[in-house]
Amino acid sequence: MIEIMNVSKTYDTGNKALRNINIQIEDGEFVFIMGRSGSGKSTLVKLLLKETEPTSGRIVVNNMDLQKMPRRYVPKYRRMLGVVFQDFRLLKDRNVFENVAFAQRVIGAPSRKIRESVPAMLKLVGLSAKYKSLPQQLSGGEQQRVAIARALINRPEVLLADEPTGNLDHGNAVEIMKLLEHINSLGTTVVVVTHSLELVEQMGKRVITLDRGRLISDEVKGGLDR
Amino acid sequence: MSVSTFLYCLKQGMKNICRNVWFSLASAATISACIFLFCLFFSVAANVQYMVKHVETTVGITVLFDEDLSEEEILAIGDQIAQQKEIEQMRYISAEEAWESFQKEYFVGNEELAEGFADDNPLAGSASYVIYLKDISDQDRMVSWLEGLAGVRKVNYSNSAVAGFSSFNKVVGLLSAVMIGVLLAVSVFLINNTISVAAAFRKQESQIMRLIGATNFMIRAPFIVEGVVIGMFGAAIPLAAMYFLYTKSVLYLTERFRILSDVFVFLPIREIYPQMILVALALGVGIGFVGSYMTIRKYLKV
Repeated sequence: MIEIMNVSKTYDTGNKALRNINIQIEDGEFVFIMGRSGSGKSTLVKLLLKETEPTSGRIVVNNMDLQKMPRRYVPKYRRMLGVVFQDFRLLKDRNVFENVAFAQRVIGAPSRKIRESVPAMLKLVGLSAKYKSLPQQLSGGEQQRVAIARALINRPEVLLADEPTGNLDHGNAVEIMKLLEHINSLGTTVVVVTHSLELVEQMGKRVITLDRGRLISDEVKGGLDR
Repeated sequence: MSVSTFLYCLKQGMKNICRNVWFSLASAATISACIFLFCLFFSVAANVQYMVKHVETTVGITVLFDEDLSEEEILAIGDQIAQQKEIEQMRYISAEEAWESFQKEYFVGNEELAEGFADDNPLAGSASYVIYLKDISDQDRMVSWLEGLAGVRKVNYSNSAVAGFSSFNKVVGLLSAVMIGVLLAVSVFLINNTISVAAAFRKQESQIMRLIGATNFMIRAPFIVEGVVIGMFGAAIPLAAMYFLYTKSVLYLTERFRILSDVFVFLPIREIYPQMILVALALGVGIGFVGSYMTIRKYLKV
């Protein structure tokens, strides 16, 4: 469970990115966090990744209070979260297999485990046939699938996707959303940050809307036309 | 750390080196220059030390006694001298032995000249002790003490050899410390640059690693490997060069200064080289490790 309690964040520049935010996300939920540019969505992701600290308030993820967490536990905490970015952030000099395996190698997983789990994950995201391809040989949608596979390979409890469809056409964006929904159905909590109202309305999930750092709505939106 | 993690870090470190091959070569070359000079000074210092030791065991202090002293009195003074803890060994040379030795040395082929002295020992009253010290730097103090003993007429010793070796040793030590210090600083600076370039190349990768839960160690290890491998490579080159240079130099100097072969005795390569390998590798690895560690601490705050 993710609990964000009375969280505010003011940057050193004086910019108030978040103002007294309260959010509770249950295990296994699929939640959209929506808002325009500058609404505080990315700050929220950074706070959840413990890349930055809130100015006030508390964030508790799976009973771990992030403010009280010593720095040495941060890598272990981050392994509980899978993270996907708008720009994919794939390693261009490594093929699909190696990009996915990368997430396991850097946490010291044994080679045998990597050889077993990467093909299974590529099958889940529908890229088994392209395991030898380099990122630049793939479409945007395929690159995002690789990024999702990399985020999921260490079996995180929460998948955080920051604008995962921001660089994709509508068709690919819908495919990625379907994939995320499938991942959610397997038990992973999915938090998607987006500004695409169209996609959000098609999915019929809980939507938390931020505007200029304030939470302005928390409701289930759309989904009737799916 | 598992074997696969170790191999992964090694592979990434080697990749870094290949990506910045010119920077890596420049760093290795500077480390090589530093370690080469170090080995050079190390060889000179070790040999000077060796020669000093040799002098200590071959150049003795000769103590001559008043001519009116009986042999018993001289032996009694000898017992007193023998109690000094600085003495490695000492030998009594009676007046008869001194004369015999003199004859052997100076009357070879002209024995009839010596016979002219018959039983009259011209070196009567020349009984002496030859003393070898444990540490030649104690010589001045020992000579003063001996000269102050009642019954001692004269103390002969070689001051120039000791003074020469001591001052040469000091100059070599000082010069090598300064040179090595400067080169160490340059090496660390160049390694710093090389690792900075590698860190810039791998910035995105390091960021991803951080976000997917890699520990500081895993993020930093490839850069440390890079620095250490460059350091080892930088040490291997001067070690190979020194092997040939040392062997050839010793051969040349031994030939050239054959006349001084009693003083100029050189350490055999098999004795000096194992130490040189250890020190040079430790230095190379140390420079690589320190240089890369300092850089990644600065650039990869995780």
